Amino acid sequence: MNDAAPLLEVRHLQVDFHVGGTVQRAVQGVSFSVARGRTLGVVGESGCGKSVTSLSIMRLVPQPPGQYAGGQILFDGDDLLSLPERRMRDLRGGRIGMIFQEPMTSLNPVYTCGAQIVESLSVHSGLKGKAARERAIELLDLVGLPSPASRVDDYPHQLSGGQRQRVMIALALCNDPDLLIADEPTTALDVTIQAQILDLMGNLRERTGAAVMLVTHDLGVVAQTCDDVVVMYAGRVVEQAPTAALFADPQHPYTVGLMAAVPRIDAAAGRLATIPGSVPPPWIEAKGCRFASRCPLADTRCRAESPPLRDLSAGHHVACWKAPIEAAA
Amino acid sequence: MIDQILRRLLISIPVLFGVLFLGFGLLVLVPGDPAIVMAGPTATPEIVAAIRTEMGLDDPVLVQFGTYLGRVLQGDLGRSLISNKTVISELGAAIGPTAELMFACLIWSVPLGIGLGTLAAVSRGSIIDRAIMAISVAGVSLPIFFICLMMIQYLGVQWRLLPFIGRGGPLWTLEGIRHIALPALSLGAIFIGPVARMTRSSVLEVLKLDHVRTARAKGLSETRVILRHGLRNALIPVVTLIGLQVGYLLGGAVVTESIFSFPGIGRLAVGAILSSDFPLAQGTILVLALGFILINMIVDILYSLLDPRVQT
Ligand SMILES: Nc1ncnc2c1ncn2[C@@H]1O[C@H](COP(=O)(O)OP(=O)(O)O)[C@@H](O)[C@H]1O
Ligand SMILES: [Mg+2]
Repeated sequence: MNDAAPLLEVRHLQVDFHVGGTVQRAVQGVSFSVARGRTLGVVGESGCGKSVTSLSIMRLVPQPPGQYAGGQILFDGDDLLSLPERRMRDLRGGRIGMIFQEPMTSLNPVYTCGAQIVESLSVHSGLKGKAARERAIELLDLVGLPSPASRVDDYPHQLSGGQRQRVMIALALCNDPDLLIADEPTTALDVTIQAQILDLMGNLRERTGAAVMLVTHDLGVVAQTCDDVVVMYAGRVVEQAPTAALFADPQHPYTVGLMAAVPRIDAAAGRLATIPGSVPPPWIEAKGCRFASRCPLADTRCRAESPPLRDLSAGHHVACWKAPIEAAA
Repeated sequence: MIDQILRRLLISIPVLFGVLFLGFGLLVLVPGDPAIVMAGPTATPEIVAAIRTEMGLDDPVLVQFGTYLGRVLQGDLGRSLISNKTVISELGAAIGPTAELMFACLIWSVPLGIGLGTLAAVSRGSIIDRAIMAISVAGVSLPIFFICLMMIQYLGVQWRLLPFIGRGGPLWTLEGIRHIALPALSLGAIFIGPVARMTRSSVLEVLKLDHVRTARAKGLSETRVILRHGLRNALIPVVTLIGLQVGYLLGGAVVTESIFSFPGIGRLAVGAILSSDFPLAQGTILVLALGFILINMIVDILYSLLDPRVQT
C-alpha cells in the first residue's frame, strides 16, 4: 500500500439515469481525489450532481434508474465500481461512513437511536449486547448529545433536527471510518445549529484522522473547513484548487459568482449578488461551455467549444477559456 | 398501556349502546311478530294478543327499548324463542368455535399475505409480482360462498382430504383441526388478497424513504434492509388495514359457518334471523359488535407497539 497515493481517487466518473426512455447523464467525467487526513469540499448549486457523485462512492445510486456508465472510483487501490457486493457492504458503514442532508428522515423512526448504532456496530465490529450499548453511549457523548446514557433509548422523533444529525454523525463514525462523506450535513438545520455541527465535524476529524468529503452549496462553509475544493457545475468539475488558492485567485466565472453570493458581515447592507439564471440539467446537450448562458464573460468561442479542465498552477485546475493560463505559467 | 386499554373501553361504551339500539330497532322494523313465533302455528289470534301484551310488545318502542336495555345491563338477554334455552348459554356455546375460526383463519392468511406482499414488492414488475397480484385480485373478487363451495367440491368431496361438516372438537385436537381446516382456508382465502396488496404497496413506499438509504449505507445485507428497515415499518399501515377489514371478515364468517354447518356465532345469527328468534338474533348482533370492538382494540395496541411515535 502506497501512503503517497490518495485514499480516494475518483476518475472520470460518469453516472446515467434512464428516465422514460431517455438517458440523462447526471455526472459527466468527474475526477478528484482526497488524501488521508484531508478535507475536500465539493461545492455547486442544487442539481450539479454532488449527491449523485457522493452516493456513487458508496455505490448507492439506485439502479435502476441509475447506471455507472464509466470511470473508476479507487478507494485504497480498489475500484469500488467493480468490487463484489459483499466487499462493498463491508466498506459501507465500515471504512466509509456517510452523513446525509435530511436529519429528520434519515433515521428509522421505529428503532431507538442506540439500536440503530448498535446494529452497525454488530455488523462491522462484531460488538454485541452490553458492550455495543456502552460504545453507542460513548459515541453519542462524543458527538455532544446531552445525557447520552438516557438519550440512547430515545426514538428519533424525540430529538430535534440538530440532535438527530449528531446521531447520524455518531452512526457514520461508529466503526472508525477512514473516509467520511457528508452530503450537505447542515443544509436542513438552523444557522446556529449549522455552526455547532460544523465545529463538531472539525473536531472529530482532528481526533480520528479520517479523510472527509464535505458536500455543500455554501462556499462560506468551505472556507472554514476544507483543505481543497472542487467546484461542480452541471455534472462536471469546473474548478479545483487548494482552498487558499481558490479564495485568493478564483478563476472560473462560476466560482467568482458563488463567492459573490456568500453573505458577508462586512458587506454593505443591501442586495446579495446572485448568479442570474439556474443550472441547466447536466444532460441537456450544449456545444460550448455549460456555463456560457449565465456567464458575463462568454464570447463566441465559449458558446462553440467546451473548455477542457486545464492546469493553471500546481493543484489549481480550471475549465474556462478565459482563465489566464499564461499569467500563471 | 393499561391506560390506553381503559380509554378504549370507555370509548366503546357509546358504541355498544348504539349497537344495542340498532339491533333492537332493526328487529322492531323487520317483518315477523315474535308473539306469533312463540305462540306457534296453531294459536288463535286471542292467544297471540295475550302473548303480545305479556311480552310488552304493545308498549311504545322506546319503553320496550328501555326495558330491554335494563335487562341487558343485568346480564339477561332473554331466552331463545325456539330452543327456550337462555340466549347467554346459546351464545356461550357459539363464541368458542367462532373465535377458533377467526384464529385459524388469521394465523395462516396474515403471515402468508404479508410474505407474498413483500415478495411482490421486492420483485416488482417481474412475473412473480404479477402472479401474486393476480392471485390476490382473484381472492378479493371471488365471492366467499363460491370459494367455500369449491373447497367442499374438491378438497372435501372429490379428493376426500378433509371433512366439511360441523366442528370436530376443540382446536387442540386433531379432529378439531381437521374440521376447521376447510372453513379457515376459505375464510383466509378472501383475506390474503387485501393483506398482500396492502403489504406490497406499503413496502414499496417505505423502501423509497431516506432511512432505508441510511440502512444500506450502514452496510447491511439487502435481506436485512428489506425485513428490518422496510417490512418492519411497512407493517404499521398493514395492521391498520387488518383492523379495518375485521368487519368484512366477520361477515365472511357468517357465510362460512353457515355453509360448513360450523356451530359459531355467524351460523347462530343466520338461524335466529331466519326463524324470527328475536332475542337470540339481538344477542348474536351484540356479540359480533363486541368482537369487532375487541379486535380493533387489539389492533390499536399492536399499532402502538409497532409505532413508537404513537403516544402510549
Ligand atoms: N434517482 C434519480 N433519478 C433520476 N434522476 C436523478 C436521480 N437522482 C438524481 N438525479 C438527477 O441527477 C442530477 C444531479 O442531482 P444531485 O446529485 O442530487 O444534485 P445535487 O446534489 O448537486 O443538488 C439532477 O438533475 C437530478 O435530477
Ligand atoms: Mg444534493
